[in-house]
Amino acid sequence: MSVAKPLPHDAAKLHVTGAARYVDDIPTPRGTLHLAFGLSPVAAGELTALDLDAVRAAPGVVKVLTADDLVHDCDTSPSNHDEPLLATGEIHFAGQPLYLVVATSHLAARLAAQLGKPQITPRDPILTVEEALAANSRFEDGPRIYQKGDAATALGKASRRLSGQMELGGQEHFYLEGQAALALPQDNGDMLVHSSTQHPTEIQHKVAHAIGRPMHAVRVETRRMGGGFGGKESQGNALAIACSVAASLTGKPCKMRYDRDDDMIITGKRHDFRISYDVGFDETGRITALDVTHYTRCGWSMDLSLPVADRAMLHADNAYHLHDIRITSHRLRTNTASATAFRGFGGPQGVVGIERVMDHIAYELSLDPLAVRRANYYTDNAHRPTEVEATGTAIDNRTPPEAEADLTSRGAPPAPTDKPAIPATPSDVQTTPYQQPVTDCIINALTDRLVESCDYETRRAAIAEWNAQNPLLKRGIAITPVKFGISFTLTHLNQAGALVHVYQDGSIHLNHGGTEMGQGLFQKVAQVAASRFGVSPEVVKITATDTAKVPNTSATAASSGSDLNGMAAQNACDTIRERMAEHLAERYQTTPDQVWFTDGMVRIGGEEITFAAAAASAYENRVSLSATGFYKTPDIEWDRIAGRGRPFYYFAYGAACTEVVIDTLTGENRILRADLLHDAGASLNPALDIGQIEGAYVQGAGWLTTEELVWDETGTLRTHAPSTYKIPACSDRPPIFNVDLWDQPNPAQTVYRSKAVGEPPFMLGISAFMALSDAVAACGGSYGDLQAPATAEAVLAAVGRARK
Amino acid sequence: MDITFLLNGEVVSLSNVSPTTTLLDWLREERGLTGTKEGCNEGDCGACSVMITDAQGSRALNGCILFLPQVNGKAITTVEGMASPDGTLHPVQETMIEHHGSQCGFCTPGFVVSMATAHLNGATDHDVQLAGNLCRCTGYAPIIRAAEAAEGTPVPAHLRNLSGKLAKDIPAPTKAEGAPHVQPESSDALAAWYLDNPDATLIAGATDVGLWVTKGFRDLGSVAFLNRCADLRGITEDETGLRIGAMTTLTEVEAKLAPLHPSLGTMLRRYGSTQVRNAATLGGNIANGSPIGDGPPALIALGATLHLRRGDTRREIALEDFFLNYGKQDRAPGEFVEAITVPRQHDTLRCYKLSKRFDQDISAVCGCISITGNGSQILTARIAFGGMAATPKRAAAVEAALVGQPWSEDTIRNAMSAMQDDFTPLSDMRASAAYRMESAQNMLLRYFHDANGQTTNVQEVSA
Repeated sequence: MSVAKPLPHDAAKLHVTGAARYVDDIPTPRGTLHLAFGLSPVAAGELTALDLDAVRAAPGVVKVLTADDLVHDCDTSPSNHDEPLLATGEIHFAGQPLYLVVATSHLAARLAAQLGKPQITPRDPILTVEEALAANSRFEDGPRIYQKGDAATALGKASRRLSGQMELGGQEHFYLEGQAALALPQDNGDMLVHSSTQHPTEIQHKVAHAIGRPMHAVRVETRRMGGGFGGKESQGNALAIACSVAASLTGKPCKMRYDRDDDMIITGKRHDFRISYDVGFDETGRITALDVTHYTRCGWSMDLSLPVADRAMLHADNAYHLHDIRITSHRLRTNTASATAFRGFGGPQGVVGIERVMDHIAYELSLDPLAVRRANYYTDNAHRPTEVEATGTAIDNRTPPEAEADLTSRGAPPAPTDKPAIPATPSDVQTTPYQQPVTDCIINALTDRLVESCDYETRRAAIAEWNAQNPLLKRGIAITPVKFGISFTLTHLNQAGALVHVYQDGSIHLNHGGTEMGQGLFQKVAQVAASRFGVSPEVVKITATDTAKVPNTSATAASSGSDLNGMAAQNACDTIRERMAEHLAERYQTTPDQVWFTDGMVRIGGEEITFAAAAASAYENRVSLSATGFYKTPDIEWDRIAGRGRPFYYFAYGAACTEVVIDTLTGENRILRADLLHDAGASLNPALDIGQIEGAYVQGAGWLTTEELVWDETGTLRTHAPSTYKIPACSDRPPIFNVDLWDQPNPAQTVYRSKAVGEPPFMLGISAFMALSDAVAACGGSYGDLQAPATAEAVLAAVGRARK
Repeated sequence: MDITFLLNGEVVSLSNVSPTTTLLDWLREERGLTGTKEGCNEGDCGACSVMITDAQGSRALNGCILFLPQVNGKAITTVEGMASPDGTLHPVQETMIEHHGSQCGFCTPGFVVSMATAHLNGATDHDVQLAGNLCRCTGYAPIIRAAEAAEGTPVPAHLRNLSGKLAKDIPAPTKAEGAPHVQPESSDALAAWYLDNPDATLIAGATDVGLWVTKGFRDLGSVAFLNRCADLRGITEDETGLRIGAMTTLTEVEAKLAPLHPSLGTMLRRYGSTQVRNAATLGGNIANGSPIGDGPPALIALGATLHLRRGDTRREIALEDFFLNYGKQDRAPGEFVEAITVPRQHDTLRCYKLSKRFDQDISAVCGCISITGNGSQILTARIAFGGMAATPKRAAAVEAALVGQPWSEDTIRNAMSAMQDDFTPLSDMRASAAYRMESAQNMLLRYFHDANGQTTNVQEVSA
């Protein structure tokens, strides 16, 4: 069976030979035009005039469009209809597109886009948390609050209490392939769009609006992205819309790709957070009360900020059972690029908050931070498969949603339901702050295994000894856990479709709604399909995501790609397999349960024929060899206003141990070793899963160390290229890097009992930050109060505070 | 300009090319070779890496900031040319697949080119060889495993002796001229031409000038490519010291200086990346006048002399005197940097490069310190900093506070206070003014402890 095999990425050979095609590599028809945006130089104000004479006169320019030239609805927002493609008067951030240049080459378009002379009456921009709070500039009426128990009363009774605050920076995606789209006009005003997007259906929906046509007139195809990480969930809308509108107007194919600087200036990033906390605890470090507040800068438009901020709240507990807790979340509107989805979708920010609380308590009590963490863990549950039937919860009897609404976006309004069907919780089961029972916890056993395999206790003692002898350099070590909820919190998005054809020669065509951005989704789903038919994966042709093959797809996001699409593909394959079995049983005069598909052969009772022969036989006997498959995640229901329900089908777990060294003279620092143990359920492909875990760790550690976004006082982003924004390079990876899978089946009924793996291991990188905090703690007598990202400058500042 | 080169084994001749068309744009848009990717268009991500071969050997360069005339007379191997003509994959391509070294695949062609070039040259210091290639998916571990697995495997036949093939197929490269642009063959020719064209732009390695074009949209006007001025390139040595030609690349400078001044060697390995050092020249680094270049502070601390030439007139000045103010150097119209001389000396130099990321990052502060003494007393001190002022600058007050004083922590701490008189640094996206000052002061303390044998460098620690 091909499932569970460590096969390479399906496109690996194309990658290494340079033959893998990305949007900008697709050969274009003669006469293809190229687009670039002219951007606002100021962060806030009113656009009073726009002199584009020089732009129009520039070599190669064919057309220049402003908001007035857009006939149809060219909104690019995935949620709130608050992002016009081109500024309509109000300027919201430095880098906002003001006009669109259509030219004969990419270079000509970029050059001309520099030449516009906008007249803008500037206003004081709202940039900081303080400014936004002072102006009450926010999304939603006020802060969102989730609570369980009574935090205020419990805080009053707490035997120990402390409070603190930390700044937590954002993160640029830095997908190596920038945003790109290519629109090819078709017969009758239809449009074919190639887009580097995680969400082809949304591109289809937004483009349809922008050219004033139904969705059926727009086909979106995505073969692969050169990285996504959430940055291509909604941020590709503007390019696809711009290309389609320009293609409609000119009748020519239109292509747009952002230059790297434009990409970093225009597109959204991970939300930065300020997290403040007031915590009560006992002498063992057990938390008895917690009041935590998130302040997040969402940027100028809503985009996906509400569900991002929700997910941060939903991960404010991480792996810890908290009784009396209050979580407050302020979603602030600022004159900066609109913050968006990024691997973890707010979850990592929530987790950093509680890990920081653990670190602070441990310092206060002079305990090993791991002991404090363990004292607060959820209790492990017995490892038995849940015997829940995958029936799902019907969501009927609703009022019909608005046809215009962007229903497949994570920013969409939730479907109304009559009664939230939250299963009753037995009294002995621990629940999260949003009252979901935790029934699959393994974090204690997983931590125990990691502590042993990485030799934590011995190394911690050795480090303390080393620190005592080294005045200038200090080492630190930390273990942090991860518990991450799997499912879209917008319940109706937890659905997927697939389309499978078996041809008469036994070869198989596979298509599903998931997109490939490097995570190996296509290979994993192909392994599922191959396993269902008992054939080798080479028999299965992986094909580009295409809105004409599988409609109404959700974004490949929330780590859900293989859970949802794997199941949908499995269902499609099983439909065909059952039809084939029925036919073969009839032909060989037996029953379908006597038909087995294995090793490229089909056994029917005592007979055996090749899969190809079986396919040919089915075809000749007029059996349909094509099927769609559908899947919806069962047993989830969520009320995001009340903060109650069962938003997640299951949790994925992991833990990491990182050791670092810091220089107390400059704050320079380095990761020395990392040991990761992560729960991918019964892995569909251990090699691809380990690749996700390793990469996620380095990306997570980068977020909290070298990756610093800097805006100046005018609201201009100063770090808009790799020369100034530093993602980890080769030598930043841990020189000793041990990665292991927990490798136990998921108790929930997922595809082959695997677990989602895209986002959860990102938070393993938090151990690097906490190890730095541990090294700072070795410097002196006060809590160092390390801020994120822990650049050399931030580390030196923390060393200074520790020594006060 | 008219140029000729070898592209994946095939002779290509181009006429009337614009001097500022980049190799990357030409490969992708004119030639349809889309394996080479644009990741950043400024030489920082390596997705556009190509292998360039000439008589000096093969090296990886960033195609996005390489102008076509710079490859005149050279052999280019792109990712499409790494597999053998019969389709057999290159060993690094095989091991990248085997070790799961690609995920999204967009950076992969650049990695493959860098890895294949290192493989050809027998280089196994993979972190250094790949410091200029960014990957956002894998976390690098599988890529390094792949590079290690390919070590020692035979170089494919079609990549062996590319320089021999070049000499045979393009015995006499095209003279890439076409007014108003030139590619002179000697410094004499350059000197004469530049005297007549003092407003022209001189292009050495183009690692900075490239960005003037790709990011700044600057019209360079009349340009001279200096890469064929053979007499401007290379290092000569006599009893007084080294003479480094202006067109000597940082790769060559590092190879020569590292054994003499190991700390400088370590810093130069962090200068840009392998691709950048293979293109960037020492003369360019100085003439550019950047306040944050890493070459000048080190060379000032070593007491280097700058040799300038205008027509047939030559003069020499102390390197620190060349930098007058931000963007302003002591250079007359038509005058250019010909060489740098570095006096032979006992090595007491330490170079401390402070940046957000260890590799391939511009310094927030670059402190270069050389102090000599007689065991108890400080005799001389040459100390220069980058990132602390509008130019690379000597720390005169610090030096004065040290010379003649006893070698002690008290002396160092006095000198640290004196630094306030030398510098008033700025705050920017790389660091705050206060951090620049504090860390620069602490570099003196680090020098003291370093010289006294303490472990002061996080790079020397392992788990």
